[in-house]
Amino acid sequence: MAIFVNADTKVIVQGLTGGQGKYHGLRNQAYGTQIVGGVTPGKGGTDVATPDGGAIPVFNTVAEAVAATGATASFIAVPPKAAAAAILEAAAAGIAFIVCITEGIPAQDEAKVFNTLLRNYPNTRLLGPNCPGIISPGKCNIGITAGEIAQLPTADGPNVGIVSRSGTLTYQALYELKQRGIGVSTCVGIGGDPVPGTNFIDCLKEFQADPETHAIIMIGEIGGSAEEEAAEFIKANVTKPMSAYIAGVTAPEGKKMGHAGAITSGGKGTAQGKMDALRAAGVKVGLNPTEAGDLMAEIIATL
Amino acid sequence: MDLFEYQGKQYFARYDIPVSPGDVAYTVDEAVAAAEMAGYPVVVKAQVQVGGRGKAGGIKIADNADEVRLHAGNIIGMDIKGHLVKRVWVEHASDISKEYYASYSLDRAAKKHLLMLSAEGGVEIETVAVENPDAIVLLHIDPVDGISLETARDAAVRAKIDAEAVDGVADMLVKLYRCFTEGDCDLAEINPLILRPDGGVHALDAKVSLDNNAGYRHPEWEEFRATEELDEREQLARTHDLQYIGLDGTVGIIANGAGLAMSTLDVVNQVGGTAANFLDIGGGANADMMAAALGVINSDENVKSIFINIFGGITRGEEVAKGIVEAMGRVELRAPIVIRLDGTNAEEGRQILLDAGIPESKLVSKPTMLEAARAAVALANGTN
Repeated sequence: MAIFVNADTKVIVQGLTGGQGKYHGLRNQAYGTQIVGGVTPGKGGTDVATPDGGAIPVFNTVAEAVAATGATASFIAVPPKAAAAAILEAAAAGIAFIVCITEGIPAQDEAKVFNTLLRNYPNTRLLGPNCPGIISPGKCNIGITAGEIAQLPTADGPNVGIVSRSGTLTYQALYELKQRGIGVSTCVGIGGDPVPGTNFIDCLKEFQADPETHAIIMIGEIGGSAEEEAAEFIKANVTKPMSAYIAGVTAPEGKKMGHAGAITSGGKGTAQGKMDALRAAGVKVGLNPTEAGDLMAEIIATL
Repeated sequence: MDLFEYQGKQYFARYDIPVSPGDVAYTVDEAVAAAEMAGYPVVVKAQVQVGGRGKAGGIKIADNADEVRLHAGNIIGMDIKGHLVKRVWVEHASDISKEYYASYSLDRAAKKHLLMLSAEGGVEIETVAVENPDAIVLLHIDPVDGISLETARDAAVRAKIDAEAVDGVADMLVKLYRCFTEGDCDLAEINPLILRPDGGVHALDAKVSLDNNAGYRHPEWEEFRATEELDEREQLARTHDLQYIGLDGTVGIIANGAGLAMSTLDVVNQVGGTAANFLDIGGGANADMMAAALGVINSDENVKSIFINIFGGITRGEEVAKGIVEAMGRVELRAPIVIRLDGTNAEEGRQILLDAGIPESKLVSKPTMLEAARAAVALANGTN
């Protein structure tokens, strides 16, 4: 078991012939992910050679790719200008799970896309944009995570689910668990943009229901109220033990820290407020990623 | 990007939102010329991006050219909470019957647009929210639908906007929404939105924050960028697409990804150091960007050590290493580097650094973030 994806997930890459799409698409395939096709308008009928001598067919549209390959997931690696249209095209073609790594999509586009999906394609899940993607170690890796940093889950557990709002801290969390030899069921990077398609609560719900996940690490950051909302949800619904880390304890107020989402103002969205809320929900909170890893190791030792 | 009031008003005007006639002035003479055009009496307003301009003496009424000279002379060059006033906005003074408040922003929790409307404008909306929350109408708008004139009218009635102003305010709300969405604003706020004795309404102030991600479809933002008040280093970082924020400490920081960069600040702080900056080289940074980032950090005299914290996903270790080697060949770095390199192609990256034969006094590699932070802080504090 894993959440959102598994070894059978068939994936197409929108933008497979572009620089990022090709590099990461091929890496995902090399990891063992079933990359069954690519989509680049105007390049349909060509293919992309794989290092092992194979070839991935390229289609003009997502609909054609889905019809020919039976793909249910899409990895979108296109520039910001084209991203909103690419997401909606995937949804219209019946793709159930979309991972969009594109950074720099205008917030107005994100808000429109999110609400269009909600209304017209309620069965489609969007992960991202501006996220590292998802990896179920040993089964499926969609996105830009280096697969080798993820510890394989063990058959009997205990295994940990990871959900993170920050890309690089997602890797850091994977790394912390690998150092301690703790298996990972699924690691989801939800991205730091203001309107993420998938949020903490969506992932926590899935992890709580996933029999292969025995504990959960959550990595948040300053700005917004997603962590506070997650804390409320955890208090009421999550029985699996959790550790967490919130980035930006020392961030100056009122400054945008890179991510469009990461800003604290007027004492709202501060790391302290988020840590307090999570602690009140029974989550063990570390002051840096390594401490969150240590706390998880303590939890695992008791399982 | 936050706009000055005068730029916000110019932006509003593009979307047919009525504002007071006026002009921006950099000198006393220009201020007088602007006042003659606008017609007396005029208001001379300091253009700084900080609240409390009025209390600081940055907003004055003038009835004639002599008074404009006096006030503009005083205000230009004034320091308001650390912000130097370089320009004033001079506009015709409006007769005010009532002051309202209107704004659009994104409600991240609801993932919808949020209209805030109140009949109690002219004061800080945060104050109204605390003292009289019922006086603010909050309305979520689905970005797919937008706001209709009818919905805007209903909101105005609910907000207890005076009957004679309801149609005018509703019309403004529709126009302001267009400005907010088509104009790619993070925030579009009018406070106060005034009702005049003649029954008309218009924007007496403008607070506009633009979404930098949408810059590619707004060539008209170029002139706003020209007046952005960045320090030299922030400007340098901007030209290389680096996210840089200057801080007061001694450990220069370069990381990939905003989260890791923030986390790096946290860790440096926890082990007894202080960060000189926040610098995110972003995803997929190449050797050039890494070299540029080092150049930015190197121009900060306070930097005593440089902590490069890279966990490669889309960023590749060998590119990072090449950038470091290149930068060290190009300029003499003022401080030693402590690097922690992990993730995509980290091995290749470490090999490149090793092969470059950089002495340990200039670059040390540490296996974990915590160890690297300790080493960088020890170097910066002179305690190693």
